[in-house]
Amino acid sequence: MTNPIVTFRDVHKSYGDVEVLKGIDLDIAPAEKIALIGPSGSGKTTVIRTLMTLEEPTAGIITVDGQNLWQMEKGSKMVRANEKHLRSIRGKIGMVFQHFNLFPHMTNLENCMAAPIHVKKEDKASVRKRSIEMLEKVGLGDKLDNYPNQLSGGQKQRVAMARALVMRPKVMLFDEVTSALDPELVGEVLEVIRDIANEGEMAMVLVTHEMDFALDVADRVIFLDNGVIAESGKPAEILQHSDNERLQSFLHRFRSTS
Amino acid sequence: MRIGNLDLERIFPFITRIKENFSWETVTESFPIIFKGIGITLGLTIASFAVALLFGFVWLLLRKIPFKPLSWLFTWIMEFIRSTPPLVQLFFLYYGWPNVPVVGVTLDPFVCGVLGIGIHFSTYISEVYRSGIESVDKGQWEAAKALNYSAGKKWTKVILPQALPPTIPMLGNYLIIMFKEVPLTATIGVIGILQLARDYGAQYWRYLEPLTIVALLFLVMSYASSLIIRRMEKKINERTGKKPAGTAVQ
Repeated sequence: MTNPIVTFRDVHKSYGDVEVLKGIDLDIAPAEKIALIGPSGSGKTTVIRTLMTLEEPTAGIITVDGQNLWQMEKGSKMVRANEKHLRSIRGKIGMVFQHFNLFPHMTNLENCMAAPIHVKKEDKASVRKRSIEMLEKVGLGDKLDNYPNQLSGGQKQRVAMARALVMRPKVMLFDEVTSALDPELVGEVLEVIRDIANEGEMAMVLVTHEMDFALDVADRVIFLDNGVIAESGKPAEILQHSDNERLQSFLHRFRSTS
Repeated sequence: MRIGNLDLERIFPFITRIKENFSWETVTESFPIIFKGIGITLGLTIASFAVALLFGFVWLLLRKIPFKPLSWLFTWIMEFIRSTPPLVQLFFLYYGWPNVPVVGVTLDPFVCGVLGIGIHFSTYISEVYRSGIESVDKGQWEAAKALNYSAGKKWTKVILPQALPPTIPMLGNYLIIMFKEVPLTATIGVIGILQLARDYGAQYWRYLEPLTIVALLFLVMSYASSLIIRRMEKKINERTGKKPAGTAVQ
């Protein structure tokens, strides 16, 4: 792949004695939409968390836009990156969480405006305009001055997405964003994700159990099993025509409920 | 003294004794003398409360120093101050500090009082801050990181606005507790309302009325403080958008 926006080379992550990632190799193209699926414990959330710098890999190299994320040069040596280095790269990555993590002490509009103002020091008026647009895009233009605790789960997740989008990341990570929602609220969130995907500009990695959605939206589906990438390919191939036993038994659970 | 048909004085004869012994004349005479000390008593309480609030943060920072031996040392010092009686600390500052090599100076009694009580209670207030900070949902830290917040902004814009408002009632409690510790400073020569009451008593042989006045003055000051704290709590909760339960849409 020429000029991938993100690469993983032999990335390992252990928690104490337990090794969760056992050598992840991955290239993500700019604007590529990837669905990351796998059984619980397979490490899929850990993969995106190491990219978002929420976890530090025990070994291996992650690059973002050509730059080494977790290591930096100091003189002639490579050392563990300091916070300044991490911050210089982390801005290119955004994340939406399973449990929303909205700021409860701010209104929806303030939630969206917070980071561009506090982190990027952008001009308040233009941030406000962009935030309002983003909230309207996710269908919450009428809830600008409400507080998160006044919203339903689906609405909260949409605000969380608007908040992440206002920062204009190059890569957006979605950590099982519909798993904590009541079933009837899942659709509205998936709609928004589909819109975001169709706009085209960002790479997206969705850790998800929504197989039909993955089939519809993703350019590539990656099946993670036991800490390694077991299968990777176009959605139709992976979800419908694979002969990998583990993958088939994993998907079997979803077949009956989809 | 009667309530309805009940003659209280027959049931509780000591009421008559107190009435006979309580001299309203003494009250009017001693009150202005005692009240002169209200500035010192109130001022000392407020100053030491300010010191306690400030040093509460200082302890948090000192305990987070990456260099283990230093952070361990400061944790131990904090524990030591928390576990020894404030009176002992007052005596140490007033009688002992002048003799400390290099940094030892003689301290004015009021300053001793402010530092002694202030720093003693700062150790408790530090724990109040810590519990407030730990009660902030872990996801908030992750959201701040995902949005690339710097450490400073993360604290001032995300964490502290959530951590501190719930601690206000507890901080208000400590203010009232500190009001009651301030009379200890009489032992190192601070002339507040208690000491003035005792002086009056020593001079005129009447203790009951002056000490009653002192108790009532403390009651008024504490109660006024708790009202102020409660109002602050309401204002801050409004500002940080805590809506009453039940307005959530489902």
